Amino acid sequence: MADEQQVIDKPRPREIIAPGYTFGTVTDQIATVVLTKKTPLFWFVGFGVGFSLLLVFLWAVVVLFAKGVGIWGIRTPVMWGFAITNFVWWIGIGHAGTLISAILLLLNQRWRNSINRFAEAMTLFAVACAGMFPILHLGRPWLAYWLFPYPNTMGVQPNFRSPLVWDVFAVSTYATVSLMFWYVGLIPDLATLRDRTASRMPRFIYGIMAMGWRGSARHWSVYETASLLLAGLATPLVLSVHTVVSFDFTIAIVPGWHSTFFPPYFVAGAIYSGFAMVMALAIPLRAAYGLEGLITDKHLDNSAKVMLATGLIVAYAYIMEAFTAWYTGNVYEHDAIWHRMTGPYKYSYWFLVTCNIIAPQFLWSKKIRSKPALLFVSSIVVLIGMWLERYVIIVSSLAQDFLVSSWGIFQATRWDWATYLGTIGLFLFLFFLFIRLLPMISIFEVRTLLPQAKIEEEV
Amino acid sequence: MNKPIYGVIAEFDGPNELVRAARAAREKGYRKLDAYTPFPVEELTEALHLHKNRLPLIVLIGGILGGLTGYLLQYYVTVIYFPINIAGRPLHSWPAYIIITFELTILFASIASVLGLFALCGLPMPYHPVFNVPRFALASRNRFFLCIEATDPLFDIQGTCSFLETLEPREVSEVAP
Repeated sequence: MADEQQVIDKPRPREIIAPGYTFGTVTDQIATVVLTKKTPLFWFVGFGVGFSLLLVFLWAVVVLFAKGVGIWGIRTPVMWGFAITNFVWWIGIGHAGTLISAILLLLNQRWRNSINRFAEAMTLFAVACAGMFPILHLGRPWLAYWLFPYPNTMGVQPNFRSPLVWDVFAVSTYATVSLMFWYVGLIPDLATLRDRTASRMPRFIYGIMAMGWRGSARHWSVYETASLLLAGLATPLVLSVHTVVSFDFTIAIVPGWHSTFFPPYFVAGAIYSGFAMVMALAIPLRAAYGLEGLITDKHLDNSAKVMLATGLIVAYAYIMEAFTAWYTGNVYEHDAIWHRMTGPYKYSYWFLVTCNIIAPQFLWSKKIRSKPALLFVSSIVVLIGMWLERYVIIVSSLAQDFLVSSWGIFQATRWDWATYLGTIGLFLFLFFLFIRLLPMISIFEVRTLLPQAKIEEEV
Repeated sequence: MNKPIYGVIAEFDGPNELVRAARAAREKGYRKLDAYTPFPVEELTEALHLHKNRLPLIVLIGGILGGLTGYLLQYYVTVIYFPINIAGRPLHSWPAYIIITFELTILFASIASVLGLFALCGLPMPYHPVFNVPRFALASRNRFFLCIEATDPLFDIQGTCSFLETLEPREVSEVAP
């Protein structure tokens, strides 16, 4: 608290909120983005791209429903292909949102207050995209509800010893908890929008969604308890979700998958790619809406540091992966890694190593961390690298497992690409709707960052 | 007393003024108080002597129910309802149950905390008398309000209004019920 006071006396570029804001101006700046009648051109461009790709997605899904999963490149032995790659990639991206909203809340990192809202929205939409893939991959997606145990006339039940069923529970719990956490965080801001809007219809809709929130001290005290409890519940949850995702691989005996360090390795990778997505969204957004005073260079700097740290954990995991393959003396494990590095997928492998290990080393430099454009580029590089990582893990291990006679090569089809790009469209579509209709920065939490919010103790 | 009202409300510029006013009102003997702020002010909990809430207990119960549901569901399905012998593995394979038990614990506890929050706050509540004060819309922006409710034993319109005036508010207004 004390250092914040200094910040106001001497404005510097590395603070978490620009000096000179008041409760009123903070509220107005964030609420105007939503309440204005004028939609910026930037929004139409972004929304247009998202919507076009969403149509590509719908097209790909219609063809998939009509013809079956054979339109994708999945052939024996590589039956997981793009679908599971994309699933793991998207769900990993979501993890940064929960990390920012829950773990950093518990750690009392106040800089998170201005980025947690859109990071949580990112989580929700990424989980929505992720959820598409296992369902579409089922072959008969309309029977997806068979994944849940329910009393049925067929007399069968899911196999609870299968990691794929664990995944159903983990991901659906994650989606539900993220949605509730996000909504609870929105309630006070929805009340602000209800009170600020001049038109009838928005006031009605925001009013219904705010449920009559009036900022009573009694409510705030329960609200703070609820936020802390939800954060405390979401923290182990987010770690468990990617652990369970990694169980999809480790519980199998496929060489290159069957290893005990996958859970921490996957969780670090998830946060790595998630922070890359946070930056890829935050940098253009704050420029387009002039929010540099609220999402400051300090936020980007911190995010870049988290990215660097998790990137180093991922690098360590790559090294350990190769080391254990050699150290076990298991010929299949050894060959799996060797094929990865020198076999048909060697270009993907070395490209991902470049993206994930070598490229982020530039983030050690303070100069690079203070240039938003460079950070944007590096976050895109990391996103590509992390996608390739999952691709290589999944495809190269399945393509060349135990028996040489059963080997095969995966070749992605245009429908694979259409579905993948389509979910990027779905993500952008939802995200742009979100920034137009809901406050993308948590207004009430930013108010608490202001020096005026501090209560001076009476003597 | 005159026509029934909900209470009187005073508007303040900052959280400091509000906390000071809340303490003063409490000292004066008022008990039916509530403060309205645009963001959580921790000191108000102590200034208004708000009780510890029972949310953690609700969440604990939710979590225990979730864990039991998860474990018993799997036990029932794999041991009683649909037992399959796969390579002689025990039907009651508890290590495999841990994950779903854990996930359902979190799920039920989270649902309990959200529903508990709504229940303890009495939300949704679309109508509340304080919304009748035109300037109350600013309570979600940059103003801080202290309301002394008419149910307070010390409450009388004249006296309470003049007391609130001594706390140097921007404005004191009556709240229609």
